[in-house]
Amino acid sequence: MKNAEPPHCAMDPDVDGQLRLSGSWTLSTALQSAQVLGGIQAPVRGMDARGIDQLDSAGVLQLLRYSRSAGLADDALLFRDEHRALVCTIDEVADERPRPQRDYGVAAALERLGRSVHAIGGNIVVLLGFFGENLAKLARLVRQPRRLRLTATVHQMEEVGLDAVPLIALLSYLVGAVIAFLGSTILRDFGAEIYVVELVNIAFLREFGVLLTAIVLAGRTASAFTAQIGAMKAREEIDAIQTLGLDPIDLLVLPRVLALMLMLPLLTFIAMVAGLAGGVTVGAFDLGIPPQMYIARMHETMELRHFLVGLSKAPVFALIIALIGCLEGLKVQGTAQSVGERTTSSVVQTISLVIILDALAALWFMHMGW
Amino acid sequence: MAIPSRDRHDGDELAIRVRGLVNRFGNQTVHEGLDLDVRRGEILGVVGGSGTGKSVLMRSILGLRTPDAGQIEVLGADARADDPAARLHIERNTGVLFQDGALFSSLTVGENVQVPLKEHHPELPERWHYELALLKVKLAGLPADAINKLPSQLSGGMRKRAGLARALALDPPLLFLDEPTAGLDPIGAAAFDRLIKTLQEALGLTVFLITHDLDTLYAICDRVAVLADHKVVATAPLPEIERLDHPWIREYFHGPRARAARGSGERETERQA
Repeated sequence: MKNAEPPHCAMDPDVDGQLRLSGSWTLSTALQSAQVLGGIQAPVRGMDARGIDQLDSAGVLQLLRYSRSAGLADDALLFRDEHRALVCTIDEVADERPRPQRDYGVAAALERLGRSVHAIGGNIVVLLGFFGENLAKLARLVRQPRRLRLTATVHQMEEVGLDAVPLIALLSYLVGAVIAFLGSTILRDFGAEIYVVELVNIAFLREFGVLLTAIVLAGRTASAFTAQIGAMKAREEIDAIQTLGLDPIDLLVLPRVLALMLMLPLLTFIAMVAGLAGGVTVGAFDLGIPPQMYIARMHETMELRHFLVGLSKAPVFALIIALIGCLEGLKVQGTAQSVGERTTSSVVQTISLVIILDALAALWFMHMGW
Repeated sequence: MAIPSRDRHDGDELAIRVRGLVNRFGNQTVHEGLDLDVRRGEILGVVGGSGTGKSVLMRSILGLRTPDAGQIEVLGADARADDPAARLHIERNTGVLFQDGALFSSLTVGENVQVPLKEHHPELPERWHYELALLKVKLAGLPADAINKLPSQLSGGMRKRAGLARALALDPPLLFLDEPTAGLDPIGAAAFDRLIKTLQEALGLTVFLITHDLDTLYAICDRVAVLADHKVVATAPLPEIERLDHPWIREYFHGPRARAARGSGERETERQA
């Protein structure tokens, strides 16, 4: 590594109006050379660059710009022979320059907002269409069971179901404990701590078991589906699947949909049991309700309908998570950024749709008296 | 850090010096005591069958992979040292064209070329970054309006040119090309070969060129290094390499494709003369 000499220029004492350049005119000395050129006062009629030791394309560009703005003729610039090839190459390409087109202003932000609002409508139609296509393919699967990708389905069941068991169980157990704590602080005022049992039961069987599971799977599985399928789309693997006469829905989407629809109810059951166990723990250690008594009380007051209401939502949530996860993956367009955008979008869509649907379902079941 | 012009042989004539390089993946040995010299101002073609470790060699020289043993010197700096100054010296003075360009897919071509400029020369005004990027894009033979396009909007050949523009962004004296003509049609490949030769002559570059393309070897390489048996079995100008008695070299340079390439290479030379 040698330190380059700084760029330098001076008027030639022998030739009138001739500028003599020396030193190093490169990218790393570009700022200095701009100052040197800017400091020239006298009128320049020619430039002698033969004294320059080191010259690169940034330096050539500066010299050419300067000589053009000073209105010099092409032959008024003198270079060393070894630099001539570089100068000619740069000279050929350094001319007109289009400005960058990307717009970052407020108007562009407003335009993006408008476009995304418009896109939501299109999204709903596409999602419904995708749902219909999957239903049709599912019906075909019933008639032609050989189309079922059993290995892929079982593999997905392991990934989305079995591997998620510890996470779901831990989170549900903790939430169950928290609900028992919260309930007991209020119920203690009325001396009705034993009602904590009903509170945890109903909360977990009707709502939290399935909701927690669905939200965890929306974050864990919908994003994985989008990223897996999106990466395949970006690498043209989906196109390859199609040209090989295979159906990407059969091959990629249906195994995931089926796996999730089978596993989400099972995980919901695990979440319910873990949540109830959380309640039992808090009852035993904090509220002075021995586990025998807690469980006896549970048997007396638990109703099957709560369990059925909770479990009935599981396949619906599973369908939403799997469909949106896969659909967003199929929407990916070629770039790494697109994979990121679609993954975010699929998690946001699934979590919000799950919560919205759960709220609507709660209202409906309540009014039905179930 | 200026480009070394072709006549500037100040003491150190070697751009890259590799001694006793060893690379292993588990039980599998890729390089065993590999030596390689790349002289300043030459185009060195690196050939070898699949799996002989051409890309591993390039990645070792670039510091992307830590070899199991051996010395690597790039432009006088020790590539294996943990010294940040040496690393920076190498990074600023090397340009790399990866196989498919490895352009950042979320940035336009112009922004891609400006990435190294902004990183290494933040003191320059933004307008200069833009003008230098535009210059490099045109040097790489792309039309000026390509600068605002995203990599996904370009054809394979244009992506390679855009990758080359990014590799040239800092005017590096040393250029690494990994299969520059793979995936191009013969006309596009020949044009790319000519582009590399022109730029190498104009900018005084040293080029480390990995290739499978016999046409490229015959058209532009000053010397050729042959990788086989875990090391460089020969480094010499093509006519000498062709005469060597090594099973792989014989098969490679005397097969039907080589004869065709040699013919067209000779025609090219005659035409230029």
